[in-house]
Amino acid sequence: MYYLQFLLSNLGRKKVRTILTLLSIMIAFLLFGLLRSLAAAFDQGAEIAGEDRLVSINKVSLIQPIPESYLAKIQSLEGVDRATSANWFGGYYQDPKNQFPQFPIVAEDYFEIYKEMIALPDEQMQAWKKNRIGVVIGKALVERFKWKIGDRIPLKGMFPKEDGNTTWEFVIEGIYEAKNKSADTSAMLMHYDYFDEARQYGKGTLGWLIIRVKDPKQSAQVAAAIDAMFANSPAETKTSSEKEFAKSFAKQFGDIGLITTLILGAVFFTMLLVAGNTMAQSFRERIPELAILKTLGFSDVAVMLLVLAEAIVISLIGGLAGLLLAKFFISGAAESMAATLPGLNLSNSMMLFGIALMFAFGLLTGIIPALQGLRLNIVAALRRR
Amino acid sequence: MFNAITQIFVITFMNLRNLPQRVGTSSVAVFGVACVVGVFIGVLSMASGFQRTMVSAGADDVLIMMRAGATSEMSSGMGYEQTQQIANLPGIAKRDGKPVSSPELFVIVDIPMRNKEANANAPLRGVEAMAFEVRKSFNIIEGRNFEPGKNELIVGRGAQKQFANLNVGSVVKFGQTEWTVVGVFESGGGLAESELWCDAKILQNAYRRGNSYQIVRVKLDDENSFSTVKEAVAADPKFNLDVKRESAYLAEQSEPLSKFIKMVGYPLAILMALGAIFGAVNTMYTSVSNRTREIATLRALGFSAMPVAISTLVESLVLAIIGGIIGSVVVYLVFNGYTVSTLNFASFSQVVFDFAVTPDLLVQGVIFASIIGFIGGFFPAIRAARLPVATALREV
Repeated sequence: MYYLQFLLSNLGRKKVRTILTLLSIMIAFLLFGLLRSLAAAFDQGAEIAGEDRLVSINKVSLIQPIPESYLAKIQSLEGVDRATSANWFGGYYQDPKNQFPQFPIVAEDYFEIYKEMIALPDEQMQAWKKNRIGVVIGKALVERFKWKIGDRIPLKGMFPKEDGNTTWEFVIEGIYEAKNKSADTSAMLMHYDYFDEARQYGKGTLGWLIIRVKDPKQSAQVAAAIDAMFANSPAETKTSSEKEFAKSFAKQFGDIGLITTLILGAVFFTMLLVAGNTMAQSFRERIPELAILKTLGFSDVAVMLLVLAEAIVISLIGGLAGLLLAKFFISGAAESMAATLPGLNLSNSMMLFGIALMFAFGLLTGIIPALQGLRLNIVAALRRR
Repeated sequence: MFNAITQIFVITFMNLRNLPQRVGTSSVAVFGVACVVGVFIGVLSMASGFQRTMVSAGADDVLIMMRAGATSEMSSGMGYEQTQQIANLPGIAKRDGKPVSSPELFVIVDIPMRNKEANANAPLRGVEAMAFEVRKSFNIIEGRNFEPGKNELIVGRGAQKQFANLNVGSVVKFGQTEWTVVGVFESGGGLAESELWCDAKILQNAYRRGNSYQIVRVKLDDENSFSTVKEAVAADPKFNLDVKRESAYLAEQSEPLSKFIKMVGYPLAILMALGAIFGAVNTMYTSVSNRTREIATLRALGFSAMPVAISTLVESLVLAIIGGIIGSVVVYLVFNGYTVSTLNFASFSQVVFDFAVTPDLLVQGVIFASIIGFIGGFFPAIRAARLPVATALREV
């Protein structure tokens, strides 16, 4: 207790300098928090994707369709628990700027396969199944467009209907929620049957297949079996675990994410270097003082620990302030960004990592002066003035 | 007045000459500012490079027609008859008696990236002869053009740099079709350089698209014919097309990503600047406190407060500008022309672009550094000026 008081009064000696140092460290950790959350939001697709789910796409590219008949063939394969499909609808609401994902799917199969991620109240599911032009939407869409159950939503889609009209009208029958904090709730799900019947071309084709395997350990085998089954057919498939699929998709953003990370990493370390230098310097100035402490009977180790403790306290105060600020910003932005960047969140494990970094930084900046304090020769130090 | 100016010069000069003695603390400030300015320019050069690639090749006298409501080529589609009707609209330029109208087909193929394990969505465009006429500065820089009716590809300069195995003579396989790369082209640094091109008829077959296209580009016979064409399209109900200038269309497509870079980039730049300012203030305070006696002595000798303050400010500015210049030069050397690629949200395919560190950005960087230096030196300068002479002299 006595030491802590001593420590704090030391911090108050040169208030301006201490405050500036604290602010620099705060900014560094604020950046750290924001950056890590952003990077995590980009990667989160891969995080939440399950190992027991496979995704099958046309080998030529994601946009090439797969014949509907493949689904039954895959369903009968050994090791496959359940298979379903999804398509692109590629529509927007009122203005081309209002784009969001829409997938024609088979209601029950889709919600069964993603049951640990999203949930829809049972009565809404029943109502939805009864309405051909019904859709369900995720929570994030509710926030974005202020829609509610019963609203009629006209969407401009990339698929024309049989009469050539590209405006489709849907009725919201339900709102699904995320069971997992980072699950995406920015999509609209519609009935595949209705979509397929009403569209002008491409009938009987699927966008991609989602397959749940009985045993996650066999997913590689099942994936290989699926691809082998359609090898040399007009529509060859490429099957991978959903996790790999999400990762390869994240890699498409590629360089931009990587470069931003590198650049911001550089800034983080620069900030710390500047702050660390100031701290080290303020310790250097106080070497005669340390000598006095020793004269008063403080042991070598006590002096060393005192210096280290002060460095760590500064680092922790500044760093925690920065991280909390980041947390505050992120939770504020998460809702408004949910549509473009779902799953923005500063997780606890990241906070812990940040705190570990603060300790490391405190140690690093304090260690040299601390060692100097340890080895300090009283007479020489007092004479140094 | 004259006296004050001389004093400013004397002190400032003395200060700057003594800088090497404080090289430790000063270099930290310089380094800090250099990094911050470097990052600032780096991020903006990425945005400007992307913008340049997306927008530069877009012409005002070229129109793009897509099915009404389509947000990009991906989601558009039209039949052969319609492309013919478009070509015969009034207001379209003619070359050798033929309308300059280019129906095109746009698909995405899965292709490995060079130097990476990942695959990417590469854009593959099926074109006819007029495609080379509607684009400005189209050039084959290696090999030759594809021959109609053959499975041959020509690849954009950017695409060749970013995707694997696209050298002239290579054979690539998309699905069950094999293609031979026969040439490399450039197109004014624009978006087309990220693409692979082939004969439209061959692509229609390979992808079972019947006799359909997705987009038609036409060249206007006169800048002012935009409304002529647009009205003609609107007047005929069987068209159901959106007509846009190519430049406007490309600007629209680049918007989401540019917005994202700026949305992330600017707040971060401001934060970084704050951090750098704290660093600079700290450095300057230290510098002032190291020179407490020196400053007090000057004051005792009759130098007034103002020149002392200004000299501190100038020192801070000089340090920051040196940092700014170092940062700019390093970023220029490292990043200018560095090729990267990312996903274009609108067309779902890869855009290859270079970082563009423009002179404009370099100037912005140095201005940014000066602002940091000014704010960083301002408060320490006031403190230096207010230093009570008697106590300061007593301070050892």
